[in-house]
Amino acid sequence: MASWQWFHRLGSPKWLSGTIDRWLPWVLGLGTLLLLVSAVWGLAFTSPDYKQGNSFRIIYIHVPTAIVALAAYYVMAVAGAVSIIWRMKVADMVLRAIAPVGAALTFLALVTGAIWGKPTWGAYWIWQDARLTSMLLLFFLYLGIMALHDAYQNSASGNRAAAIMSLVGTVNIPIIYKSVDWWSSLHQPATLKFTEESTIATEMLQPLMIAIPGAYLFFIAAVMLHLRVQIAHNEKNTRWMAERAAQ
Amino acid sequence: MYFNNLAELWAMAGHGPYVWSAYAISFLVLAAMVILPAKRYRQQLAHIREQQLPSEKS
Repeated sequence: MASWQWFHRLGSPKWLSGTIDRWLPWVLGLGTLLLLVSAVWGLAFTSPDYKQGNSFRIIYIHVPTAIVALAAYYVMAVAGAVSIIWRMKVADMVLRAIAPVGAALTFLALVTGAIWGKPTWGAYWIWQDARLTSMLLLFFLYLGIMALHDAYQNSASGNRAAAIMSLVGTVNIPIIYKSVDWWSSLHQPATLKFTEESTIATEMLQPLMIAIPGAYLFFIAAVMLHLRVQIAHNEKNTRWMAERAAQ
Repeated sequence: MYFNNLAELWAMAGHGPYVWSAYAISFLVLAAMVILPAKRYRQQLAHIREQQLPSEKS
């Protein structure tokens, strides 16, 4: 059946490596282009916020990186589940590929948020804010998973521990997402809505609608790059890898 | 452009340091996210090629 064939192929490192080589330039190219366009548009071609002034322009990095950092964790946790349930080699490689990318994105969300917070709230950081602390926890989860990968001599044990940690940490994601609704928070409640009209001004929203897909594409490209490294590491003694290197 | 000239774009009415440091850090991290694994992969391929040479000679 065609669908099983697709799933089976997905588990083949050789097929995956070839697909990455084919698609990487397009995904990375388009993602970078969208991010650059949204950055230039947001920095120079939108009006400042009537309350926050020009510091609001940080939104075009802060929001996309935060959104993708959260989405990345879910994908990573799915890879963890696949690894544990089906013992799929490629799932472990995907987990190892996503962790550093997710960590970097969470770092950017935190840092840009802190920089934005200083002129807006007068403080870089507030411990009592639920969203800030749960995002920081997300960062530590990513780092912890990376550390687990490196901590074990036997990579299979490291893979398993990391997969379990990725699953345990998923409880943090809805907490981050709903924290601004559940607890009184300095952080702004959601202005982007799916079912109702968004409360953000249209002029401000437009570059964001370019930046978010751009960030998703860039994330996929970064994971592809990291995954290629994982595949090459795992498959370095195979014939097909030797042929690939000789090209 | 919203700003009247590049000087105003840089100054951002006083918020310049915040906005530009945020964008600079982001640019560096995003670039690293791409450049580091790309370099690593090239190193891996070179290493694999070196491993192949002895068997080619025989």
